[in-house]
Amino acid sequence: MAKTHVTLTLNGESTELLCEPRQTLLEVLRDELDLTGTKEGCATGDCGACSVLLDGRVVCACLVLGVEAEGRTLTTVEGLADGDQLHPLQRAFLEHAALQCGICTPGFLIAAKALLERNPDPSEHEVRYELAGNLCRCTGYDKIVHAVLAAAAEMRGTVARGRGTASRGN
Amino acid sequence: MHEIRYSAPRSLDDAVALLAADDARVLAGGTDLLIQLRAGTCPSRHLIDVKRIAELATLDVDASGALRIGAAVPCWRLADDARVRRSFPGLAEATALIGSTQIQSRATIAGNLCNGSPAADTTPALAALDAVGVVVGPAGRREVPVASFVTAPGKTVLGRGELLVELRVPAPSAHSADAYQRFIPRNEMDIAVVGVAASITRDGARCSAARIALGAVGPTVLLAEDAARALVGGTLDDAAIARAAAAAMAAARPITDMRAPADYRREITGVLTRRVVAEAARRALQGA
Repeated sequence: MAKTHVTLTLNGESTELLCEPRQTLLEVLRDELDLTGTKEGCATGDCGACSVLLDGRVVCACLVLGVEAEGRTLTTVEGLADGDQLHPLQRAFLEHAALQCGICTPGFLIAAKALLERNPDPSEHEVRYELAGNLCRCTGYDKIVHAVLAAAAEMRGTVARGRGTASRGN
Repeated sequence: MHEIRYSAPRSLDDAVALLAADDARVLAGGTDLLIQLRAGTCPSRHLIDVKRIAELATLDVDASGALRIGAAVPCWRLADDARVRRSFPGLAEATALIGSTQIQSRATIAGNLCNGSPAADTTPALAALDAVGVVVGPAGRREVPVASFVTAPGKTVLGRGELLVELRVPAPSAHSADAYQRFIPRNEMDIAVVGVAASITRDGARCSAARIALGAVGPTVLLAEDAARALVGGTLDDAAIARAAAAAMAAARPITDMRAPADYRREITGVLTRRVVAEAARRALQGA
């Protein structure tokens, strides 16, 4: 099958690639571009492990064809850190032990980034509801939710409400 | 996935020409279609991506208040639109219930209809609002009411070479409002066991018009006309709403499957009908 030429902005850089129309964006990222940070969980849009940002919206890369990315702007987990500087969400996940096996983590980071860009000060309920499309079979979600709230607080320049050391007992 | 060809036409004419040429399928959000292709349940070998056609990406409320939803408009745009939330709160809440944030970024309202699932959330909401689908094909343009668009699970009125271009929702009157609720055993990310939509128009205390649509309790969306008749002319009191709920239960044709037994679905149809009628009536009074 003839391959199709696709041009997109990937993690801030103009990128060209060749892919078959039947390849999903997830397959293109992992198999053609060696960007294996984006994980395949279910491949049916249920688990969110393959979450990426397409024109700023969080999508499942398994439900997008690579050719549909033509001209679009794509952010994967590899694009979160600024050089050696981890994104506040990545640091918060480490500090709060918000991962165990780690397969769901890139998807959670991406979905949480999209959430905080839309809503910089979400309630715990909002975090849980907005991240319902990301499944984790290890942590029970609590540590992930706390990490996202802590990162949100840090990004706003405040301390998480009712969590962390500064607000305890106040 | 088997080998496919992919086309992304920029005009509706080009899309219709491509669709007529061979056994092609429309690709909008892809959240159902890509799963079907990978599972081998969709034999199409040519996907026509309609997201680059400007006309299909339009979401517009005209001067009269009528809503046009282009067939490529994803759920998040409708659910986030302040005009839609104000004038069609039931449609907005049905749209916001579909899948996850990820799915809402891609899935379209038109695709929810064309997929033909009996449990589609937006289809009852659109049917209660008396929405019509604008279909374009080799023979020209035609309009099909949403209530009769799906003919059987997974089957629609679309003929060879035809595509759904937009959904049109009539302008609400000053004292009308809609509501949609579904029952699922989880908090989110699930498929409706039952979904019920109501649109209520008031003339003061009196109900002057009503439409009630039932989802997931029949092979297609069902308009509960007797339930609506039980409300029109009355004052939307508890007794009238109870009669409407009983009529909706009688209209339901549920099956037993992994999600619920039929008699449970029928019971929930009554519960949700009471709730959505009361909510739509309350919103209509407030001029929601």
